[in-house]
Amino acid sequence: MKSLSKIRIILILFSVFLGLLYAAPNFFSSSVQNNSFNFLPGKKINLGLDLKGGSYLLLKANMNVVFAEKLESLTSDIRSTLRKAKIGYKKLSVKEDYVSFEMRTGSSVEQIKSAILKLDKNLIIEINTNNFQIKFSDANKQKITKTTMAQAIEIVRRRIDETGTNEPSIQQQGIDRIIVQLPGLDDPSRIKKLLGKTAKLNFQLVHPTILSEDINKDSKSPPGYVVLEEDKNSDRLYMVNKRIMVSGEMLKDASPTFDRNNSPSVSFQLSPLGGKKFGRVTGKHVGRAFAIVLDGKVVSAPVIQTQIFSSGQITGAFSVQETNDLALVLRSGALPAPMIILEERSVGPGLGSDSISSGKIASIIGLIAVMVFMLITYGIFGVFANIALFCNIIFIIALLSLIQATLTLPGIAGIVLTMGMAVDANVLIFERIKEEFNSGRKFVDAIEAGFQRAISTIIDANLTTLFAALALFSFGSGPIKGFSVTLMIGIATSMFTAIVITKYLVLFYSKKKNINNILF
Amino acid sequence: MKLLRLIPNNTNFDFLRFKKIAFIFSTIIIIGTFISLLINNLNYGIDFKGGILLELRSNTSNTANIDDLRKKVSSLNAGEVSIQNFGKESDFLVRIQKQDGDQKQQIAMIEKVKSLTSKDYTVRRSEFVGPVVGDELKTAGMLAVSLALLSIMVYIWFRFEWQFSIAAIIALTHDVLTTVGLFSILQLEFNLATIAAILTTAGYSINDTVVIFDRVRENLRRYKSKDHYFIYNKSINETLSRTVITSVTTLIALFIIFFFGGAVLSDFALAMIWGVLIGTFSSIFVAVSLLTFFKINKGDKVDDQSNIPEYERNN
Repeated sequence: MKSLSKIRIILILFSVFLGLLYAAPNFFSSSVQNNSFNFLPGKKINLGLDLKGGSYLLLKANMNVVFAEKLESLTSDIRSTLRKAKIGYKKLSVKEDYVSFEMRTGSSVEQIKSAILKLDKNLIIEINTNNFQIKFSDANKQKITKTTMAQAIEIVRRRIDETGTNEPSIQQQGIDRIIVQLPGLDDPSRIKKLLGKTAKLNFQLVHPTILSEDINKDSKSPPGYVVLEEDKNSDRLYMVNKRIMVSGEMLKDASPTFDRNNSPSVSFQLSPLGGKKFGRVTGKHVGRAFAIVLDGKVVSAPVIQTQIFSSGQITGAFSVQETNDLALVLRSGALPAPMIILEERSVGPGLGSDSISSGKIASIIGLIAVMVFMLITYGIFGVFANIALFCNIIFIIALLSLIQATLTLPGIAGIVLTMGMAVDANVLIFERIKEEFNSGRKFVDAIEAGFQRAISTIIDANLTTLFAALALFSFGSGPIKGFSVTLMIGIATSMFTAIVITKYLVLFYSKKKNINNILF
Repeated sequence: MKLLRLIPNNTNFDFLRFKKIAFIFSTIIIIGTFISLLINNLNYGIDFKGGILLELRSNTSNTANIDDLRKKVSSLNAGEVSIQNFGKESDFLVRIQKQDGDQKQQIAMIEKVKSLTSKDYTVRRSEFVGPVVGDELKTAGMLAVSLALLSIMVYIWFRFEWQFSIAAIIALTHDVLTTVGLFSILQLEFNLATIAAILTTAGYSINDTVVIFDRVRENLRRYKSKDHYFIYNKSINETLSRTVITSVTTLIALFIIFFFGGAVLSDFALAMIWGVLIGTFSSIFVAVSLLTFFKINKGDKVDDQSNIPEYERNN
């Protein structure tokens, strides 16, 4: 390069200006920015939960429960199909992970096969003489999982939204997991409680003659009946009819209230269809008890006094908070699968702000220390490297703000580390210039040669570091990902600032001052 | 102004003379690493082991008493519990092993500790990692480190010769292993941040190695009449000033994170400080020394000047 190209200088200055523009919002408090600097285009850097405080939950949908449920409904589908086709069968039941039945003599295998495949062509049918085993194929399972997850995310979102949490983020991860991030909420115990219930509500009749007093855990239930525990008192048992009169899906609304005795309860409203059904059953069974079953446990079992249509009340030994939560989960609908909490991380606001301030202190001291070192090592060239370093920090902040990457505590460490490593490119160049000069080259030639030869080294060295950062990114969960992002951005910006900006500063200076001797 | 000069110009130090001593040293620390791994294993954090972690800060800092806290928490019969000071006098880390039973037991235990200590302590952070996630993170961590090493090896192989790539990868593995060894010997908590530190160390170390290799490649073309031993030594000496200055600036940054970055980052900084030191050592004494075991071609007998700028060819 013989002369300093004006266009390039303008481009460089423009890029620095853009950097400053996008980095600027981070240096003002929100109120100052809104009042005086609201013309700035960028947003602040997105802080991770470890810095601003909040909770992170990793949930897994228990798909085995869903598959088991689907197997049950497949069984009844098979039953009605076979009946409709007038095919004889016996011993139809659910075994581990398949439906099994035996064919009666006189039925045709092909006929059964085609009838079942009509239900779903992806089902797997295994035939062992006259024993049939019907399984879900992987395609079936994938489809079930997909719809279950879409539904689950929707319900999780509704439940969290109802609590009034600020800006929650709910995303699917992998096949059957959900990541919930709740900024600002450092005690997620209520959320966990809300998500811990599937909230499947059913109304089922209680056996007319077998009373709670008559049964214990080992009691045999008559056909069509099942023994269920009471929600708050697992010693109290009920003999409950398996048939579901009305289910929670027919619920239109639910809200916390108080009953006649002024104890907390939940009132509900059924949809028109549900109301009709409810009215029919309650009308037919006045005087009999019906159980309100939530997630397989009996909340209460009141006696039907009169025919009830679309609205009713659920009473139990509730606290006010419990009725609030119960109403909330009933309103938001049942989760299609139970959620298991695999991982939970909560950071209080105190720790977050402490981390930010220690991060700030470390960054500022780090920047000053590296700059001082460069200054006493390279003199005026050190000043150039420092200007480049400063621009580098501006670019990192601007890019982080622009792509709205999440800055985490390890991310701040990444920035400080980048300061130390960013000057490497300049060190390589300066050392090379010195070498070239000492081997007898003219100063201007030495600069040219120094830059030219150092660049291939810089690219090789930085690309290999980039591989490590990429590996980190692909491995990354949360904070680690944040660290690798800052590291990658730092590598990219440091190459630009160290090579381009420093070069122009050095050339500009040596031309202006007509320097012919090396200064460091 | 008199400028600081850490390394004089034109050093001519016979680094490769210390090849044997360096290999013995490296072998000893690697054997030490394996012995320590066998005896001590790693002090896995809950990220990998699963379990519960709470960071508590005493509300009345002068009465903060670790024994009192220990007594309180041990009354819960939570199994293996470790309590230690964290950063400040008033801050404590409470680690509790994974509870028997399902997730409800884990969550219940967190709540129990919280309610037990809520009068005297503020919960600054609480974490629970299930064993499934722990195992997955372990696998992912190992995968990430291997992936990084592999991709670096392939890149060096393409940019240099295969001999360089083998020397570099041995040096890198050496750095990674001994950093793991440091964590095992000092029984520092080995967690996600440690994996980040190890990978960054790998990145730093390969950076250093590549700079020297680059010079070796250049000098191999330039000094065709000289033997390899001379060229390797010369390359190390020529890049020595840069090696030292970059190590110093990086170490400055790391020491500042160590002292001012807060307790969460101090182990991370420590791992990286070790990484920078061992990475610098291994670039010179492992990577370059290993090159001496290979027969590396200097290219054609005719001077190859393609890598030398036009204006200075034919000298």
